[in-house]
Amino acid sequence: MPEILRTYLPHLMDYSEEFWKSIGETLQMLLLSGVLSFAAGLILGIALVVTREGNIMENKVIHQIIDKAVNLFRSIPFVILITALIPLTKRIVGTFIGVKGAIFPLVVGCTPFFIRQVDMALTDIDNGLIEAAQSMGISPLGIIFRVYLKESIPALARSTTITAISLLGLTAMGGAVGGGGLGSFVIRYGHNRFYQDITYVSVIVILIMVSIIQFIGNRVIKKTSH
Amino acid sequence: MIQLIDVSKTFHSKNGTVHAIRNVNLEIERSDIYGVIGYSGAGKSTLVRCINLLECPTSGKVLLDGIDLTALDEKELRRQRQKIGMIFQQFNLFASRTVFGNVAFALKYKGLKKREIEKKVFSLLELVGISDKARAYPAQLSGGQKQRVAIARALANDPGILLCDEATSALDPQTTQSILKLLKDLNRKLGLTIVLITHEMSVIKEVCNRVAVMDKGRIVEQNDVFSIFSSPQAQITKDFIRTTSNLSRIDELVEEKSSIVRLKEGERLCRLDFYGAHTKEAMISHISREYHVEASIIFANVEVLSDTVLGSLIVILSGSAENQSSAVRFLTDHDIKAEVMKSA
Repeated sequence: MPEILRTYLPHLMDYSEEFWKSIGETLQMLLLSGVLSFAAGLILGIALVVTREGNIMENKVIHQIIDKAVNLFRSIPFVILITALIPLTKRIVGTFIGVKGAIFPLVVGCTPFFIRQVDMALTDIDNGLIEAAQSMGISPLGIIFRVYLKESIPALARSTTITAISLLGLTAMGGAVGGGGLGSFVIRYGHNRFYQDITYVSVIVILIMVSIIQFIGNRVIKKTSH
Repeated sequence: MIQLIDVSKTFHSKNGTVHAIRNVNLEIERSDIYGVIGYSGAGKSTLVRCINLLECPTSGKVLLDGIDLTALDEKELRRQRQKIGMIFQQFNLFASRTVFGNVAFALKYKGLKKREIEKKVFSLLELVGISDKARAYPAQLSGGQKQRVAIARALANDPGILLCDEATSALDPQTTQSILKLLKDLNRKLGLTIVLITHEMSVIKEVCNRVAVMDKGRIVEQNDVFSIFSSPQAQITKDFIRTTSNLSRIDELVEEKSSIVRLKEGERLCRLDFYGAHTKEAMISHISREYHVEASIIFANVEVLSDTVLGSLIVILSGSAENQSSAVRFLTDHDIKAEVMKSA
């Protein structure tokens, strides 16, 4: 078996240690920035929805600030965003390279995308359900948790899946500008040295990761839809 | 008791200002079944939402047992809202929760034990006749079943009032009947005050004691249901009543010169409206005996409203002109509204 691998994947075997490390880094970036983006995106997404005109906690100022910020950050291409954030990243986490330096820009890049996804998922909730809860004397906070969030779990699972997959793409891009992970691994060897076996195996690994995310997402959606 | 005092609601939008309801005054007694009827866009949904302040009136007062709801703060308003249940045309059940979960929804903050909640929910489901579906999700239920669950859910806080916003409009006629019957039962058993919004006169006829007719944001007429049916004042009320009986067909037939209403020389086409006690008297045979006027019935319609009969007959009278006039006079003297529609 090692002989076959050595024949077909000579470079990958040479750099196998780095390969495994890169996979670990990618997962680390995905998980850490994923959790942070999920929390931030959910909170800000809910705030965006409930402060909208006519909604349960209408507040024009807060709504406009979140809305405009989301538009602003979504319009900046990620590679440029990372570069633009370098001074801020350095101040916050102390460094702007490696996995550590990649987390902050990843969160900034991913959160606005997720906020929009949350916005769509929650806005899809029939206003009649909100009215029904209000007519029972439920407080705004109760409506957020027991109607908005509870009723949109399948939609939020879908949004989370989509966001996680696009975040995986961002981690690879982060690799291009000093972050670690599979992205930087492929650029260093697959791209710069033209070790094609490294590129292809990395593609397969990422494909597997995407499939796993999608599989989990689909399971959650199926479990929670009635 | 619910009192709306000079309530108006105005919506402002880019396309201009909409006066959804204008200067509405309304009093609804405890344990009454009160109907509000109007065409879509008449403002009836806004009106019912002003009662529990889902829509806050632009001006005017909403009193619930003397408490002005418009003057309360958020928290106190939520407490008052628990005294007012509401059901909707589209049911608005929580799809992610079971029937049990939907009914238990409002009970969460009541500080009840799990056992007590269970007991309460099952007694409510029993009350609306759907206790076998406790573990089902709304998507697995029919429209009528969904509305029953919605009613159970609305009653979870033990409210004294139930607001029904077009609650039967999405249901087929048979299911509508069964839901209306349930509402009637709840009114009787629990002394529940019911405010019912509809665009169907048949629904009003079926359950309501009193009714307000709305048009363009105003209440144009309000009275007990029997008076509304027996002597409607506003044109819109007459139009609504016409939709519930088949008598309006006769106007079309006269228009079309149908053979059914073709009159022979000296005959008259006459409409007789009668109600209450006179329905038991043999007026038709009386006029034929006393005045030698024959009345052949070509259309008839009888309504039973709050245990009183309201009937209409379309008849062709034949006999001498003088006798016919006397017969009509006799009927009019006996509180039967006789109207000659056509004579030949």
